[in-house]
Amino acid sequence: MDTSLKEVILAVVTTDKERVLHSAAPVFYARDRKEMERVALLLSKITLGMVHDLENGCLVIVKH
Amino acid sequence: MEDYGRILVSGIVAGSLGRFLLLRVDYRQYPSFPRGYITHLMLGFIASALGAIAIPALVEKEYTAVTFLALAAQQFREIRSMERDSLDTIDRTELVPRGSDYIEDIAKTFEARNYISMATALSVSLGVYLTKDIAAGIGIGALVFAAVVYSIRGQRVGDIARVVKAEISFEGPLLKVDGVVLMNVGLSAAREKYLTRALAVRIIPKDDNARATLGNVGQRQAIAHNAATQLGIRKDVDEPEFTPIARRNTESGDIVFAVFSFEPDIECLIEAIEKTPVLESSKRKPLDSPAGRKAAD
Repeated sequence: MDTSLKEVILAVVTTDKERVLHSAAPVFYARDRKEMERVALLLSKITLGMVHDLENGCLVIVKH
Repeated sequence: MEDYGRILVSGIVAGSLGRFLLLRVDYRQYPSFPRGYITHLMLGFIASALGAIAIPALVEKEYTAVTFLALAAQQFREIRSMERDSLDTIDRTELVPRGSDYIEDIAKTFEARNYISMATALSVSLGVYLTKDIAAGIGIGALVFAAVVYSIRGQRVGDIARVVKAEISFEGPLLKVDGVVLMNVGLSAAREKYLTRALAVRIIPKDDNARATLGNVGQRQAIAHNAATQLGIRKDVDEPEFTPIARRNTESGDIVFAVFSFEPDIECLIEAIEKTPVLESSKRKPLDSPAGRKAAD
């Protein structure tokens, strides 16, 4: 049986360092929206997680 | 001692034939063909043999032989758990899983079909014994078979609800269908695909019973599975944003559903959803209770 964590934020990608404080999940800094989406896409392909937008310059990757 | 050969053979043949008639390969590809078929035909044969043997045993005052029927019930329960286990295992590799409610429903159907097989064999052998005529016995068996099959046929979503086309829109990253939020889609490329190529429907329950039934999460998963299987789903394991999701409008009880399918044909999507069976385990009837009836008006 395979076990995995669900509904957990696996990573945060942000263009605004101020918005993320002491994150347990790894945080990736991107220069602009385009790079942020690209990094989020790459991370989601690695983790099989889904990209969600928090509308404050942060994208989170969540495993469902 | 009478010649029970005719009674036994006609009962077994009729029961097995009944099981065969209930085996159909459809879009679900379940039971799988040909190996799954053989399993069920053989189990149907055993069920019919048990049913057919009951009458001769009773006639010969071999009352203990009737305990065989209890053995049969045990055997058929095994079939249910066998089906459940096997479907549970393959469900993990489905792009859009059936969900445990749908699986339980299928497993129950398989168990019930063996009882039908046994009842048919029993009634044919009883008919042949009483009338001494094989044709009359088979006629009685056919009537019993038809009556049981007719009485256990289930409803479909189309019987309890209306399915209409709905509009997909985005509010920021929130994917909405007719104003109801389905999920948060973070990537703009995925949002673009949803806006240009996805299909959406609204399922409007006809009454309070239907509203409660459609609210069941297992029922919604069955709808998503059926739609995805029949229209083809544009999704792979690393694209969770294209998982078809059915959400409930908590104001009206309507269900909204969006799917990114291979065939962008709304008529076919509506038909696939209307033909989805109403699961036995998700069926609710609040209108049958005094409080539910009073609250409804």
